[in-house]
Amino acid sequence: MDKNNWIYACKATDMPHNGGVCVQYGTEQIALYYFTHRNEWYATQNLCPHKKQMALSRGMLGSLQGEPKVACPFHKKTFSLKNGQCLNDETCSSIKTYPVKVQEGNIFINIETLLTPHSSTPIEYEPQ
Amino acid sequence: MKIIVIGNGMVGQKFCEKLVAQKIAGLELTVFGEETLPAYDRVHLSEYFAGKTVQDLCMKPMSWYAENGVDLRLGDPVTHVERAQKTVTSFEGTQFAYDYLVFATGSAAFVPQISGVDKHGVFVYRTIEDLNLIWRHAKIAKSAVVIGGGLLGLEAAKAMLDLGITQTHVVEFAPRLMPRQIDDGGSHVLTEKLKALGITTHIQKNTAVILGNETITGLMFTDGSILSTDMLVISAGIKPRDELAKKAGLPIGHRGGIIVNDRMQTSDPSVFAIGECAVHEGAVYGLVAPGYEMAEVVVHQLSGGAKQFSGFDMSTKLKLIGIDVASFGDPFITDEETRSIVYHDNHKGIYKRINVSSDGSKLLGGILVGDAEAYNKLQQICVNQLTIPHAPSDLIVTPGNASNDAGNFELPAGALICSCEGVKKQAIEDAVVQNGCESFDAVKKCTGAGSGCGGCTPMVKDIINATLKKQGKVVRNVICEHFAYSRQELFDIIKIKNLHTFDAVLDALGTGDGCEICRPAISSILASLWNDLVIKKESATSQDTNDRFLANIQKGGTYSVVPRIPGGEITPDKLIVIGTVAKKYNLYTKITGGQRIDLFGAHLNDLPLIWEELIAAGFESGHAYGKALRTVKSCVGSTWCRFGLHDSVSFAVRVENRYKGLRAPHKIKSAVSGCIRECAEAQSKDFGIIATEKGWNLYVCGNGGSKPQHALLLAADIDSETCIRYIDRFLMFYIKTADPLTRTATWLNKMEGGIDYLRNVVVHDSLGMAAELEAQMQTLVDHYECEWKKAVETPELRKRFTHFINAPEVRDPTIVFEPLRAQKKAAEW
Repeated sequence: MDKNNWIYACKATDMPHNGGVCVQYGTEQIALYYFTHRNEWYATQNLCPHKKQMALSRGMLGSLQGEPKVACPFHKKTFSLKNGQCLNDETCSSIKTYPVKVQEGNIFINIETLLTPHSSTPIEYEPQ
Repeated sequence: MKIIVIGNGMVGQKFCEKLVAQKIAGLELTVFGEETLPAYDRVHLSEYFAGKTVQDLCMKPMSWYAENGVDLRLGDPVTHVERAQKTVTSFEGTQFAYDYLVFATGSAAFVPQISGVDKHGVFVYRTIEDLNLIWRHAKIAKSAVVIGGGLLGLEAAKAMLDLGITQTHVVEFAPRLMPRQIDDGGSHVLTEKLKALGITTHIQKNTAVILGNETITGLMFTDGSILSTDMLVISAGIKPRDELAKKAGLPIGHRGGIIVNDRMQTSDPSVFAIGECAVHEGAVYGLVAPGYEMAEVVVHQLSGGAKQFSGFDMSTKLKLIGIDVASFGDPFITDEETRSIVYHDNHKGIYKRINVSSDGSKLLGGILVGDAEAYNKLQQICVNQLTIPHAPSDLIVTPGNASNDAGNFELPAGALICSCEGVKKQAIEDAVVQNGCESFDAVKKCTGAGSGCGGCTPMVKDIINATLKKQGKVVRNVICEHFAYSRQELFDIIKIKNLHTFDAVLDALGTGDGCEICRPAISSILASLWNDLVIKKESATSQDTNDRFLANIQKGGTYSVVPRIPGGEITPDKLIVIGTVAKKYNLYTKITGGQRIDLFGAHLNDLPLIWEELIAAGFESGHAYGKALRTVKSCVGSTWCRFGLHDSVSFAVRVENRYKGLRAPHKIKSAVSGCIRECAEAQSKDFGIIATEKGWNLYVCGNGGSKPQHALLLAADIDSETCIRYIDRFLMFYIKTADPLTRTATWLNKMEGGIDYLRNVVVHDSLGMAAELEAQMQTLVDHYECEWKKAVETPELRKRFTHFINAPEVRDPTIVFEPLRAQKKAAEW
C-alpha cells in the first residue's frame, strides 16, 4: 500500500459515534464510519449501488453474526464494512471499501483504489 | 457425462440450477441460448416498464454460470441436431457431442393470421427485445390495443399503463376475459375493475384487418366495427418452439409441442423436453411452476432418481394490475353432482365462487376475483380433499376469517405448499426438525420454499411455527438477533434498569453491535420513556435517517420539511412565511393529507437555515419524520359550519398540542369532527373524535394505508376532560405493549379479547394501571421541547447538517432536479 495514497479526512472528534460522515475527494464521495461500539473505523463508497443514491454515510451501523455492516437509509440494503458485500440481497452489487488509519486524532483514508474505479477486487480492510 | 441444454429461459435455467446442485462427478453442461441475455424472469416482464432493470429481472448473473462450470453460449442458437451421432451444431458452426440432450426451447408468441400484422406499430410481447421495441414506439403513441384477454394479454395491458398510455384497449375473441381461469361473473367484475383503471375491454371480437398504410391506424373487426389505435400488441397465446425438434425427426403433437412421456423423454431416450416446448398427455403447460417440476423430473432421471411427471395442478393466483385473480381445482364444473356457491359484490368489485360436492363435504374448485386472500387455504383444501365446514359458504363470506391459517386445517405431509419450487409440507417440517431451521429465511434457504412468487410465505411461516410448537419450543417474539426480548419486555426492563442510551441497553441486555431493526426500535422506546432529545450525540445515529436529520429523506437524497400546523388552522401571515421560505430555498410545495404543507427538495445543508426562519415565525417541528404523533385533522366545526355541534378545531388544536412530539412504535394520526357528517374522517385514524349532542365519541385503532380499517367506538358521549384522559391511557398502553412498527389497528387485531379487552383496560381500568398510564403521559407532555428549535440554537448539533465533513459549505453535487408544472421534482432513479 503506497503511503502517498493516504488522504486526510477529518478529526476524530468531528465524528458522530456509531455512525458515518461523507468525505469529499475531488469528484468522489467516500463514506467514513466510526463504529464506536467496536472501536473500529471503516470507509466505503458513499453510493448505494441499489438505487444509485449518495446515502451510505447516513446509514445505520450494526452487525450480522458479528460481521460489521451498514444499512442504506433508503431501502435497508445492508453491506459488510469489511468486504463490501451486500448481505441481504444476492442480486445487489458490492461496494468498494477503503483502509482507514487514525494518527494523533486525525483520520486518514487510503484512496489507492480510487485511482482504478472499476477494480473488481476491493482491498481487504487492514486494522490500523 | 455431457449434457446439452437448448434454450436459456426460466425453465432451462432452473434445470441447470437443480442439476448443478446434484454435484454429479464429471458433468459437462453446455447451454445454448438464442437471446443475448442470460435467463430472465418472464413472469414479471411488465415490471421492466415499471422501473426494473434487465439486471433486476435476471435469474442468475453471468458469473453464476462460470462459477458453476456451466458453459453458457448466448446469441448462438442450435441450428441442427444429429441424433444418430449424438451431436448438435450451433449457428456459429461449431459441433458439440452430447450424452443427453434437453430441449428447453420454450415458446413464441402466437400471432393469428390477420392481414397487416407486418405494419409498423404492431408488436408481440415475449422478450426484453420486444419490450424495447414497444418502449420506443410508445413514446409517440397515445392509444394502444392488446389482442388477447388472457393472463399474458392483461400483463401486456398493464405494461401499456406503465408506459403512460392512457387509452388502452383489450380485445378478446372469447365471450369473457381470462377464459381459461374465470367464468362470466368473474370476468364481469374484472372488466369493471379494468375500466376504472382506464382499460376498455372488448369481448367476442375477431380482428379481420389491421388498418393503415405503413403504420397501424386501427383495427377492423369481422362485425365491421373499427377501433382506432396508434399501436397494437399481440398477446393471444403461445406456440411451442418445436421447429428444431421436428427437423431432428422427433414426434410433434398435432397442435405443436414435442411429445414426451412421464419421464419427460421424447421418442429418443437420450433426448428430453421440458417447459412450454413439451406436450405431455396432450397438454402444453404455459406456466412456470409445472416447467420447474419437469426440470426436476429430468434431473432425477439423470441422477438416478425415480420422480415422474404426472400432470400439474393448474391453480393460479396472481395480481393483475393490482387486482387479485385466482382459480383452483375445476373452476367451471357444473354437473349434477356439484353445487356452486357464488358471492358477487358489484359494489366492492369482489367475485367468489366455490364448487362443492352435492353432499357439501368436498371442495372441487373455485374462482376468486378482487379478493384472493383465502386462496392458499381453499387451494390446499381442494387439492388435499379435506373435509369442509358444515356451511361451505363460510369459506368465502366470513369476514376476517379468510386468513391462510394452514394450522387450522391439518394438512397432510404431502401437501404441496410452494408450487414454484415444488416444496411439500413434509420438507418444511424436516427443515425445522432435522436441520434446525427456525426462521422463515432459514427454511427458505434450505428448501427453496417461498423463493419464487412468494405467495406461500404466510403458510410456510404458519407451518414453521406449528412445527416448533409441536416440538415443545416456545415461539418467541424477539425483535432481532441482538435482543432475545419482545418490544414489550424491553420497554419494561429498560424502564426498571433506568437505561438512557442505545449502547447502555445493548451492553446490559443484548449481544453484538445492534442493527437497523433494533436501533430504531430501542430509540423509540427510549424516546417514549424519557422524551430526551433524539439527536443527542450518543443517540443520533441509532435513529432512522429521518430522525437523525429531523426530516424525511426523499428520492435523490434531499429532505422534506413539514412544520406543525395544529388542527390544520393557520393564519395568513404564517402562510406567507411558508411561501417566502419555499421560494427562497427553491422548495417544491404540496398540501399533505394531514392538513399541513410539505416542502420538498431541501439540501441537508439548508435544513437549519430553513428551520431558523420557520421557528422565528412561530412554527414548530411537525415530526413528519418520526414514528410519532403526526397530525390531528379537523373539520371547521361549530364556529362557522351551520351543522357543527362543537368547536372541533379548538379541540383538535388542544389535542395536537398535548401529544405533539410523542414517540410511539409507529406513527399516530388523529382527527376531530364537529358532527356526525365526519368531514375530518376521524374513523380512519389511530384515534378519532366525533362530536355528539352530549359530548364526544372516541374511536380508536383505525387506519388508512395499505389495509384500511375503520376505527372502533371506545367510549360514547364523554366530555372533553374524560376524552383526554382516555386518550392518555390508550396511547400509553399502546406505546408500552405494541411490537415495533405496529400501527394501532394491527396491535388491536392481535390483542386477545379485542376492543372489549381494550375498553376494559382504558375505560374500566381492569388492570388497575390507569393512574400510572396518565402520570407517564403527563411526564412526557411536560418534557416536550421542539427538536428543531434546540437543533438550530445549538452550534454542536447544527454542525451535523452538512453533506461533506471536510467541505461543510458544499452541497451534494450529485443531486439533480427536473422541472414539473412550474415547480420541480427529484430526478428518477
